[in-house]
Amino acid sequence: MEFSELIRTGQAQAELLRGPEMPPLRGTLCVTGHHLLLSPGPQATPDLWLLLLRSVDSIEKRVAGDAGTITLRCKDLRVLQLDIEGVEATLDIARSIEALSSLESVITSFPFFYRPKGLRLGESWHFHPPERYYKRVARETRAWRLSEANEDFSLCPSYPRAVIVPRTVDDDALARSARFRQGGRFPVLSYYHAPSGTVLLRSSQPLTGPQKRRCAEDEELLQAVLAGARPGARGFIVDTRSAQAAKQARMTGGGTEAKSAYPGWKRLHRPLERGRPLQESFVHLVEACGDLEQSMDRWLSRLDGCHWLSHVKAALSTACLAAQGMEWEGACILVHGAEGTDSTLLVTSLAQLILDPLSRTMAGFQELIEREWIQAGHPFQLRCAHSAFSHTRPKHEAPIFLLFLDCVWQLGRQFPLSLEFGEGMLLALFDHSYASPFGTFLCNSEKERCLCEVRTRTHSLWSGLNQPKEQRKLRNPLYAPNPLAIWPSVEPQSLRLWQGLFLRWTHPPEPSEVAWEKVWQIATDQEKTEGSQPTDSASEPQP
Amino acid sequence: MEHIRTPKVENVRLVDGISSKKAALGTLYLTATHVIFVENAPDTRKETWILHSQISTIEKQATTATGCPLLVRCKNFQLLQLVIPQERDCHDVYISLLRLARPVKYEELYCFSFNPKLDREEREQGWMLIDLSEEYKRMGLPNNYWQLSDVNRDYRVCDSYPTQLYVPKSATAHIIVGSSKFRSRRRFPALSYYYKDNHVSICRSSQPLSGFSARCLEDEQMLQAIRKASPGSDFIYVVDTRPKLNAMANRAAGKGYENEDNYSNIKFQFIGIENIHVMRNSLQKMLEVCELKSPSMSDFLWGLENSGWLRHIKAIMDAGIFIAKAVSEEGASVLVHCSDGWDRTAQACSVAGLLLDPHYRTLKGFMVLIEKDWISFGHKFNHRYGNLDGDPREISPVIDQFIECVWQLMEQFPCAFEFNERFLIHIQHHIYSCQFGNFLCNSQKERQELKIQERTYSLWAHLWKNRGDYLNPLFRDDPSQTQGTLHLPTMPCNFMYKFWSGMYNRFEKGLQPRQSVTDYLMAVKEETQQLEEELEALEERLERIQKVQLNRTQVKSKQSEPSKHSGFSTSDNSTANTPQDYSGNMKSFPSRSPSQGDEDSALILTQDNLKSSDPDLSANSDQESGVEDLSCRSPSGGECVPGEDSGKDRDSDEAVFLTA
Repeated sequence: MEFSELIRTGQAQAELLRGPEMPPLRGTLCVTGHHLLLSPGPQATPDLWLLLLRSVDSIEKRVAGDAGTITLRCKDLRVLQLDIEGVEATLDIARSIEALSSLESVITSFPFFYRPKGLRLGESWHFHPPERYYKRVARETRAWRLSEANEDFSLCPSYPRAVIVPRTVDDDALARSARFRQGGRFPVLSYYHAPSGTVLLRSSQPLTGPQKRRCAEDEELLQAVLAGARPGARGFIVDTRSAQAAKQARMTGGGTEAKSAYPGWKRLHRPLERGRPLQESFVHLVEACGDLEQSMDRWLSRLDGCHWLSHVKAALSTACLAAQGMEWEGACILVHGAEGTDSTLLVTSLAQLILDPLSRTMAGFQELIEREWIQAGHPFQLRCAHSAFSHTRPKHEAPIFLLFLDCVWQLGRQFPLSLEFGEGMLLALFDHSYASPFGTFLCNSEKERCLCEVRTRTHSLWSGLNQPKEQRKLRNPLYAPNPLAIWPSVEPQSLRLWQGLFLRWTHPPEPSEVAWEKVWQIATDQEKTEGSQPTDSASEPQP
Repeated sequence: MEHIRTPKVENVRLVDGISSKKAALGTLYLTATHVIFVENAPDTRKETWILHSQISTIEKQATTATGCPLLVRCKNFQLLQLVIPQERDCHDVYISLLRLARPVKYEELYCFSFNPKLDREEREQGWMLIDLSEEYKRMGLPNNYWQLSDVNRDYRVCDSYPTQLYVPKSATAHIIVGSSKFRSRRRFPALSYYYKDNHVSICRSSQPLSGFSARCLEDEQMLQAIRKASPGSDFIYVVDTRPKLNAMANRAAGKGYENEDNYSNIKFQFIGIENIHVMRNSLQKMLEVCELKSPSMSDFLWGLENSGWLRHIKAIMDAGIFIAKAVSEEGASVLVHCSDGWDRTAQACSVAGLLLDPHYRTLKGFMVLIEKDWISFGHKFNHRYGNLDGDPREISPVIDQFIECVWQLMEQFPCAFEFNERFLIHIQHHIYSCQFGNFLCNSQKERQELKIQERTYSLWAHLWKNRGDYLNPLFRDDPSQTQGTLHLPTMPCNFMYKFWSGMYNRFEKGLQPRQSVTDYLMAVKEETQQLEEELEALEERLERIQKVQLNRTQVKSKQSEPSKHSGFSTSDNSTANTPQDYSGNMKSFPSRSPSQGDEDSALILTQDNLKSSDPDLSANSDQESGVEDLSCRSPSGGECVPGEDSGKDRDSDEAVFLTA
């Protein structure tokens, strides 16, 4: 397919309005295969304004007289307005944007064409996160092994090639357990908590069905987990559905672990919202934040009506529960919901941030996202197809990853010195998960990424973010390693609306940017002084 | 002391805060000024000190098997539950506290016995720290249009006003006195702030006694004089900060508001700030929300909205914004009043001042602002904050709301204020503590009669002495940035008004951020400064050494006597000392690791400090990395599962986990 077929017009004169605080831009507008370009006239700033078409969430056109207006609502929640000369040009440009922004083919997407200067393809620390993580686990315990039973993705299409499983369970047993779990997602190690020698596992729901089927290998697998931890260890299964929903799932072949079949394991239900309701919550919140007319009288109830903060509270609470079980009860924890690709990952990744100081470093956090979201098979392609402005009926969209980022932001607000990355990192991850020139968030699983050769033909977001020039934006200058667990407060008084994200474009960000600059200045002043001191002492002549 | 029925009760259990489930066993002491609880635990012997004047309500609850619970709510939003084993002891404590918390004479207040071991001179200097005549000079007064008037000397015209007031030059004593007779409690229009950039003023007064049709020539002349004192503008705004309905109701009582037809060139404007009774109830409702145990997000947000608190805060801010804009953008003078002109008027004027003048956003400037718009203009501290036993209907969180407005602004403009959140919290604390004389009584006249300055100490001096604790590390002190008005977004921006958990839940440590950016940055700044000084000293030495070496070579080349000036030997001494100092300094620096930084006294108020003057502020010194204690608000304790689910499914092992 040729992009040129979809591009209906070469160029047009236009003015771009980017919100109340930014000056308008004038120039020549131009649609290319992947971008919308605005090249300012010679008198204006020389910079080219560029918008990735993939990041357009919805488009609205209006024509009046011999001019037209296009309103672009972007996936990063920006609202842009283009005033274009000429009715035909307006309609053509609108149609081109519509067609190009909704292309579904992965291999013709921009990451496959993006070749930035200074980056090399195939910089590859992130190629094998399970292997890397296994090395860390193996230093602490012999109870686990790296299995390549899923080498050809036959056991579980949404798992990576290698997974970490109990040493005493062989690959055949894994295969049987996989057949007993939805989508083949048998229980695998998510995190090994060295201080208490306990583990965090994740899986999908067991396929017990109405007949309450059982699977000996699955039961043995979980038994082996307890045996591997320590004699007499207990386990908790955190089901992210309500007990009722879990029971109902039996009618469609799913279900939950029967108490009698898994001795030593106790089940807890912590219902977390997902799917359509979560997407709607996101849409309503963005709507409320964009509505500048409403009065103070109803703002809080409207905020409550969106339920977003309730979801944040529930997610953090459940993650704390899982973390608490490991740290205080010395118990092993298995987390699953239905498919095990959404709220399950939310809980396991948050629990690791709370417990594991390494995951709070810049490198550790990237590894956590790579391992617990990307390789663990969160279907980014489906979940982030549209953001909050799309008029199309949501199918598989759900802002689970955004909810995760919001929870991390709340952690960072309560422990401002304990995360090595700052708000800028979380915003960048949000933006890139919905539309990105990098390949990291493409596809729904490792299997799909292998088919599309994403890892060899596109650049990794991580190498993009780890360039020195990005650091000032992404890092937290206040970071000081904190070896302890960080237990957040989940009370409503302690949770706040993430202004930096939801009000990023409507609320002038200037004061906070100024503050951030100042924080950097104080932090780097010190480094400079510290840096210069030894040199001067060294040059000191000895008496 | 005669009010203390029992000075000491043993085996009392204290539950500190709403969220805490743990009770500490200890001994309760009642002293003339404090309630003190000392924990039995031998390793900590933790002490909790509560000033009697902080006690807002005491509630005796139904006796249980373990004893008689006594619920003590404090004006600084601390909440204590004491469980006293014997009913009789409990009753004695209850009766004693009821009396101790409601002193009837000023002499019973803590400030008359509080002695920070300062000599007389130091005390007097403390009172001189904030000087309002200096402040008016800073504004550029007196000038061609404004003069200091002695019309109120000996409080002859208005007993709730100060003696020193600025009025327009053209306003004669006759006009002032005439105007004062036409205003509630004779609070005639007087200058609150002079905005010298535009030569316009903010004046304040009480409502006119206009009723339905009354007029007063002198009052009209007074407003005329104010307008003429700003020759550049052809009208003045009259801002009535009350809701229109309230103002109209006042007309029936012979009071009311200015009729635009009677006054030449005024523009009249209502801004609906509710009265003290509405505010008192609103705070009450909000505190009930704060006291909810493990509320859901909906409980909290709905409760907060229904309390109306943030709406009221916004109304006050709106008043300040309106005035600031009129003065700075339209170049028009403003006369502000409400009913008596000592509550809403003080709020509106001081918020406007804060927006307009960067000086008020500094530590000292903020003290001046409170001294000027609140203390000197007769805000009724005694009545509003219930220092002495009085009419409970007079009590209202008027200045608390102003303090919150400042916090909301600090959240919006993190670099605009020289002081930090702790400064605000400590001021709020001391408005109720009666430990210093500043906020006593209802007017300057009363304070003078009581000889406050001779008998008590000034809070401002105390805060100034400890100013290191109150600095905002992000403050941008470069003049180009701090000059000028704070510009709030013109759109109605509801998102900017947030719940201030640092104030209303401040004793619930578990709810606060566990690490303090402010303290960390201050420590880093201090360290940087010390390193810089060190560096400078080393550079100086290096220079000296080089000089000496140069001298030596010169000496050698000249073949003369060894020079007398012993530059080398002095530098020799310093070489011997410096490395030791250096490493010593390094050790005492707050470490960059937060968990260590906590223990470092450089970061926090010292223990001495806490004991002597701020016993109950110790919560602020707690900047733990917040780890060991998920307190009892642990998420597993919070009910996240709808009851139906956990109830119906027998497979679920909810209870097992929770009791495990």
